Amino acid sequence: MATQSAVNNTETPVFLAKEEPHAPSSTMLGFWIYLMSDCLIFAVLFATHGVLGRNYAGGPGPQDLFDLPLVAVNTSMLLFSSITYGFAMLAMDKNNLRGTLGWLAVTGLFGVAFVGLELYEFAHLIAEGAGPQRSGFLTSFFTLVGTHGLHVTCGIIWLITLMVQVGKYGLGEANKRRLMCLSLFWHFLDVIWIGVFSFVYLMGVLG
Amino acid sequence: MIGAFGAQCDCCCFVCKWSRPETDQKIKRMSLKLSRGLLIAPLMLLLTGCNLVVMQPSGDVAMQQRDLILISTVLMLLIIIPVMALTVFFAWKYRQSNKDAEYDPEWHHSTKLEVIIWSAPLLIIIALGALTWVSTHKLDPYRPLDRIDAQRPIAADVKPLTVEVVSLNWKWLFIYPEQGIATVNELAAPVDVPINFKITSDSIMNSFYIPALAGQIYSMAGMETKLHAVINKEGVYKGFSANYSGDGFSDMHFKFHGLSQADFDQWVAKVKADGATELGRSEYLDLAKPSTAVPVEYYNSVDPELYHAILNRCVEAGTMCMDEMMMMDHMRDKKGGKSHDEHAELFPSLERSEVGICSVEGYSPASASEKEMPAAKL
Amino acid sequence: MSSNTDLLKLIFGRLSLDSIPYHEPILIVTFIGVAFGGLVVLGGITYFGKWGYLWREWVTSVDHKKIGIMYMILGVIMLLRGFADALMMRAQQAMAFGGNEGFLPPHHYDQIFTAHGVIMIFFVAMPFVTGLMNFVVPLQIGARDVSFPFLNNFSFWMTTAGAVVIMISLFIGEFARTGWLAYPPVSDIIHSPGVGVDYYIWGLQIAGLGTLLSGVNLIATIVKMRAPGMSMMKMPVFSWTALCTNILIVASFPVLTAVLALLTLDRYVGTHFFTNDMGGNVMMYVNLIWIWGHPEVYILILPCFGIFSEVVSTFCRKRLFGYSSMVYATVVITILSYLVWLHHFFTMGSGASVNAFFGITTMIISIPTGAKMFNWLFTMYKGRIRFDVPMLWTVGFMLTFVIGGMTGVLLAVPPADFVLHNSLFLIAHFHNVIIGGVVFGVFAGINFWFPKAFGFKLDPFWGKMSFWFWFIGFYFAFMPLYVLGLMGVTRRLNHFDDPSLHIWFIIAAFGAVLIAVGIGSFLMQLFVSIKNREKLRDVTGDPWDARTLEWSTSSPPPEYNFAFTPVVYDHDAWWDMKQRGFTRPTEGFKPIHMPKSTGAGAILAGLAIVFGFAMIWYIWWLAIVAFVAMVAVAIGHSFNYDRDFHIPKEQVVKTEDARTRLLAKKA
Repeated sequence: MATQSAVNNTETPVFLAKEEPHAPSSTMLGFWIYLMSDCLIFAVLFATHGVLGRNYAGGPGPQDLFDLPLVAVNTSMLLFSSITYGFAMLAMDKNNLRGTLGWLAVTGLFGVAFVGLELYEFAHLIAEGAGPQRSGFLTSFFTLVGTHGLHVTCGIIWLITLMVQVGKYGLGEANKRRLMCLSLFWHFLDVIWIGVFSFVYLMGVLG
Repeated sequence: MIGAFGAQCDCCCFVCKWSRPETDQKIKRMSLKLSRGLLIAPLMLLLTGCNLVVMQPSGDVAMQQRDLILISTVLMLLIIIPVMALTVFFAWKYRQSNKDAEYDPEWHHSTKLEVIIWSAPLLIIIALGALTWVSTHKLDPYRPLDRIDAQRPIAADVKPLTVEVVSLNWKWLFIYPEQGIATVNELAAPVDVPINFKITSDSIMNSFYIPALAGQIYSMAGMETKLHAVINKEGVYKGFSANYSGDGFSDMHFKFHGLSQADFDQWVAKVKADGATELGRSEYLDLAKPSTAVPVEYYNSVDPELYHAILNRCVEAGTMCMDEMMMMDHMRDKKGGKSHDEHAELFPSLERSEVGICSVEGYSPASASEKEMPAAKL
Repeated sequence: MSSNTDLLKLIFGRLSLDSIPYHEPILIVTFIGVAFGGLVVLGGITYFGKWGYLWREWVTSVDHKKIGIMYMILGVIMLLRGFADALMMRAQQAMAFGGNEGFLPPHHYDQIFTAHGVIMIFFVAMPFVTGLMNFVVPLQIGARDVSFPFLNNFSFWMTTAGAVVIMISLFIGEFARTGWLAYPPVSDIIHSPGVGVDYYIWGLQIAGLGTLLSGVNLIATIVKMRAPGMSMMKMPVFSWTALCTNILIVASFPVLTAVLALLTLDRYVGTHFFTNDMGGNVMMYVNLIWIWGHPEVYILILPCFGIFSEVVSTFCRKRLFGYSSMVYATVVITILSYLVWLHHFFTMGSGASVNAFFGITTMIISIPTGAKMFNWLFTMYKGRIRFDVPMLWTVGFMLTFVIGGMTGVLLAVPPADFVLHNSLFLIAHFHNVIIGGVVFGVFAGINFWFPKAFGFKLDPFWGKMSFWFWFIGFYFAFMPLYVLGLMGVTRRLNHFDDPSLHIWFIIAAFGAVLIAVGIGSFLMQLFVSIKNREKLRDVTGDPWDARTLEWSTSSPPPEYNFAFTPVVYDHDAWWDMKQRGFTRPTEGFKPIHMPKSTGAGAILAGLAIVFGFAMIWYIWWLAIVAFVAMVAVAIGHSFNYDRDFHIPKEQVVKTEDARTRLLAKKA
């Protein structure tokens, strides 16, 4: 570093950019960083479930409560929605407005189905007396799964908003960027759900 | 500056004879060497200025902790003092008005110096880290004592005194299971006899601390912490909660009496004689109600199951003990639950809207039926 | 009658006229003072017709410089509140001996020490460091603004909204009586049924969101928007520390958000995360909150390390010694700060090996910190040191911080911690590092960059007064606490029996008064400097003959920061430019692309206050309305695609020509 100034001492180098440097968009990076912070919230919830997950307080445990076939259906809803979101992105790449909107709609429907099934499961558990106030295990279960569900719900609201915006303003640069962000978000939720499915449901019932 | 504070301190309640740390040989040699060599004199002056109980404790454990503080401080001063001195010296020497001092605006790197400035702290931390590792294990509060003080190992026939400590809002309950007595806000122990404290809390977390005796440890509801200590000198010492616990926290202190064996026996007899009642479950529940600045109380006998019930949060009739509950949970995991269809029959009590611990009494899955139901025990 | 109360409950939740503490004379007087002061300010703004100006130029501004300045103003205001709490605590502890109960009963005193901690960390230290980073970092890396200017505005207003929620607790209801980290079970619904803990939770959640987003923003800015030529290892040290700090923010604040959310669920829904019964685990809260809490202290200190690095090399007129080892030390501290949280509760009764592990990792942090200390030291070596106010704060820091570092390492030895934990020794230790490190650093930064922000220097006389009163006041206020800690005195006590402690508390209270004079001197310094601004004016933009890019532009910088984006060859880029005969261009200007102002951030934050208030008082309908409104505003804002504009060439030319004339006049 010091040598450089010595070398160039003879002439005055260019200190100002003649052309305004093209600043690359920071949005994807920024959104990715945000997702990582969100991931930490889930990490805390997973850790909490790790600590409390066996504290049934004399009440029911996962083997008594979890309906794996139902959860498997639910999981497939979310996985399908990720695939259909992928199709929406492919359509976006081809600047196919109708295709994009169509696939987004399908994605949204899968999302709604997922949230609906989850709400059904919750309602069923609460009706059985296994609500979040029952034990440490159920507290952490409801919070972890519920937080994920809340994220999916936010994702659906965002998706609808974006569909309106894409419909109204077309596939401009800003909208493409937003679709990319939502795509990251949606797949991120998928990954989290795989964690929930394996660690909470499968390991709860089998382990 | 510190020295000045020491001098104007008018609190020399103890004429301080600076008792030589009675520690094991290794530490003694080290601290002797270091304390003689270094600028420790003003520190000493300060320490002798007033009743620095942490620096002049009366129990062997606290004494070793004191020595550790001194040794670590000296170790760190090895680097702190030169840094402070150099800061002042450089600031003075290279001031703008001093044109005689060398000025080298481009000098910004020296591999030799960089190695030194990273390795000097590193070496000190290696020494301190080793000391930490050894002393943390040696002074682990869970570890039973192996000596009375620096000179005396524990005799084979010495039976330690067990005290069960419960922090309540906002007072301390001490149960002596072997003596069959209990006291509130007063603790006593014979000199040179190891004490095994078992510590828990009724609800809020506190910290059980007698600075003259040994370091503190938290008291937490539903959990038991342990502390092993010994008092070496007769006297009355302060004990208190060192963790904020609400309104009455400031008055949550007690006196700890270090007594000779004879005096201790007498004290036990006095508690038995003066104690009006037995400490049973209902008395405990009364005692547990929040109160501040509680005077000393004695109980002439104690329900032997009480401490277990406090620890497992089942003093109140009809509550299930935590150990039973955990056993049940564990069995549930081991045997596996029932399938979803059988669910409704399995949890009759869960059908009710308000699900509390009590409702579990009616619940008897196959896994739990092998052992006694906890409720039966109550 | 009963249906009447039901209706009132439905409308007002827990809120009633009894919630206003009119029986507390201290609070009433404070309220009258605040109300009067507020009226004067509002009246003044109305009288001078400045509402439009404030709204257009400040509230809705997305300019990182203005947002940075607003953060600093927030910090100063909250410092006064937090310090008033400190004075009351010192006065109480100096009075309450023997039979004297002092003037603060426990239920009031406990609120005060909680509020003091919360306010000083979240609403004084955080706004100060965030404000400095916001103002300086884009200038220092040669950028025109941050990556997400709207988000920056939103973050600031959310932080302010959190502060407002906390301040409301002073006059409506009460604040938490739990200590600044609100450990359960003290903070659970059984032991704290009132609104205090809810104020704490919602105030911190709202502010925490702002902090997190500003962290994301600054990382993206530093990673993506550096001037051409500025590789990571040519980045000024302050920007490096800002990068590490914001990484820490993004990696730790979610933990705080999560743990507070779980506490909220326990309190509002009756779940069992941190309950004593039903399978909850109290110590999990303690672990989680410190997983956030320990990195938090590095979030505060790292930027200050950066400030000292800039100040030392500028005022010693010398390159920083050991730039790369400074950078590596910062990175190492960043990583290690996640491996030490358990040292805050060695006394929980973890095994000896666990305690020893966390003790040793804690000590290891002192190695890079020590290396940094030596780097500053050897920057002074063979320098030409000017003792302007920023440099005074720096030397004061170097002398004070090492003592705090030493007692910190001492506390990291578990068996030593067993006797010193929660004692006044601990209090002395962390004030030693936070005042000696963060406060001194922030004041050094304010004195250093003030001329950049406003175009005139701060008055040196009052600056020196402020420094000396703070410096000496600190020693008087906290050295006695070290002694008291060794006398076995624990923290948060309301009154004492032992008369031998009394003298030390009186000395400490005297120290607090000295610090109060120091703060007064700082306010005086601002006042005098504004009054004498023409005398203190600096037209060069580089009053200290400094080294980094922010000094290459005018003071205050134009809204676009740089007429031309600089090209960087060295980490002291501006010094390098000056050395090699850089001349400022006076023609060839082009239009500049900039973000537009927006009011959405302030509106969202206002709604967040309403939402928080409604949640605190169980006014469910209002909470729902406010929440829906927030979502609607956010969605509405996303329909605004027209977010940027070009500053026309003529305006750039006009601004730059004005500067050319000023510089010519000066020469």
